[in-house]
Amino acid sequence: MAQRETRIEGIVLDEGLAVTLTELTQLCGSSTRTVQLLVTEGLLRPQGQGPEDWRFSGLEVRRARRALRLRRDLELNLAGTALAIDLLDELDTLRERLRVLEHQLGTRRMRELG
Amino acid sequence: MEYKDYYQTLGVARDASQDDIKRAYRRLARKYHPDVSKEPDAEARFKEVNEAHEVLKDTEKRAAYDALGNNWRAGQDFRPPPGGFHQDFHVGGEDLSDFSDFFSSLFGRDFQGGGAAGSRKRRGQDQTARISIDLEDAFHGATRQLRLQVPELGADGHVSLRERTLNIRIPAGVTQGRQIRLSGQGAPGVHGGAAGDLYLEVEIKPHRHFTPDGKDIQLRLPIAPWEAALGATVAVPTLGGAVNLKIPAGSQSGQRLRLKARGLPGTPPGDELVVLEIVAPPAKTEEARRLYEHMAEQLRFNPRAELGV
Repeated sequence: MAQRETRIEGIVLDEGLAVTLTELTQLCGSSTRTVQLLVTEGLLRPQGQGPEDWRFSGLEVRRARRALRLRRDLELNLAGTALAIDLLDELDTLRERLRVLEHQLGTRRMRELG
Repeated sequence: MEYKDYYQTLGVARDASQDDIKRAYRRLARKYHPDVSKEPDAEARFKEVNEAHEVLKDTEKRAAYDALGNNWRAGQDFRPPPGGFHQDFHVGGEDLSDFSDFFSSLFGRDFQGGGAAGSRKRRGQDQTARISIDLEDAFHGATRQLRLQVPELGADGHVSLRERTLNIRIPAGVTQGRQIRLSGQGAPGVHGGAAGDLYLEVEIKPHRHFTPDGKDIQLRLPIAPWEAALGATVAVPTLGGAVNLKIPAGSQSGQRLRLKARGLPGTPPGDELVVLEIVAPPAKTEEARRLYEHMAEQLRFNPRAELGV
């Protein structure tokens, strides 16, 4: 098995990122029309007025990719996709909350046990 | 190569109706879809389910697969019929480049359209992987090595696994669960198409003292009862080194103090949230016991007054 050494730098998909509609379609491998449908459905909430001014954060990029994969693989309609994405986001938030709280509880217990 | 039992993968009988197959696929896709599932092997399982569905949902492909006979067992060494029969099949969709060798021996690997399909440019698939880093790496930034098993399509059309080592620059300020996109580091393209992207999902390992919450960092800070009562300036650890924190007089356990911009870097940077925790010194010596007894007599303090007892 051959190995290849590469040193690479990536882009973090976070709140600081702002991509245009065209860039988003490239990242998702989807059409402009599909992305517009996701925006109309309220599944994506870009900054800016019209499609030319739209800017999507890194978090929106992730939502879009997730939504399009789920829609395709589970044969969901747009409303079903939006519901699934909202619930998955909420699940992510709750899991993160739980992780933080469990960790706090853990460090506290460690201290109590000495 | 190994024979694949597509009926077993979907958990349906060989005489299952097309509706049964569709239902079984949907049920398994909901269970193993990598965007939904927390099963550790979700991605691999979903690929298998997807491949089985790709064959069984299409009556022509299903018939060709059935024609192999039903004496095969999953995992058995399989040799394709001479010449194969894949000229007749056009496989649709975009994410099929990682179907098994067994699949491609039956149905070919050149998808869509007629005669010229074989030379059609196709972009490689995007891939996802996880990377686990220390909180200190998230604070300072770091270079981490990641080993990936990647399927590679050989000139003979067969797929083999190759190990790739990537040295990845983790930018300072990355937080739990965020994805890092590495452009062009996904699966290679087909017929001169561009490579896909690699998405790394960041996981921050638990830290002994600090609990990250987005860009903020929480710390439980033990203080002595007199520090809480009288106020004090104490040293507090942060990811960037110890700083002094002024504890106001009359503080209580559970009270939170904020060290601005001492969390993970960014615009804006996170804060460090210090949660005070009053720790009572043990009464192990005669002197300590005397002090506690003195306080009990002099302070007339009932910590349970709010409970009405």
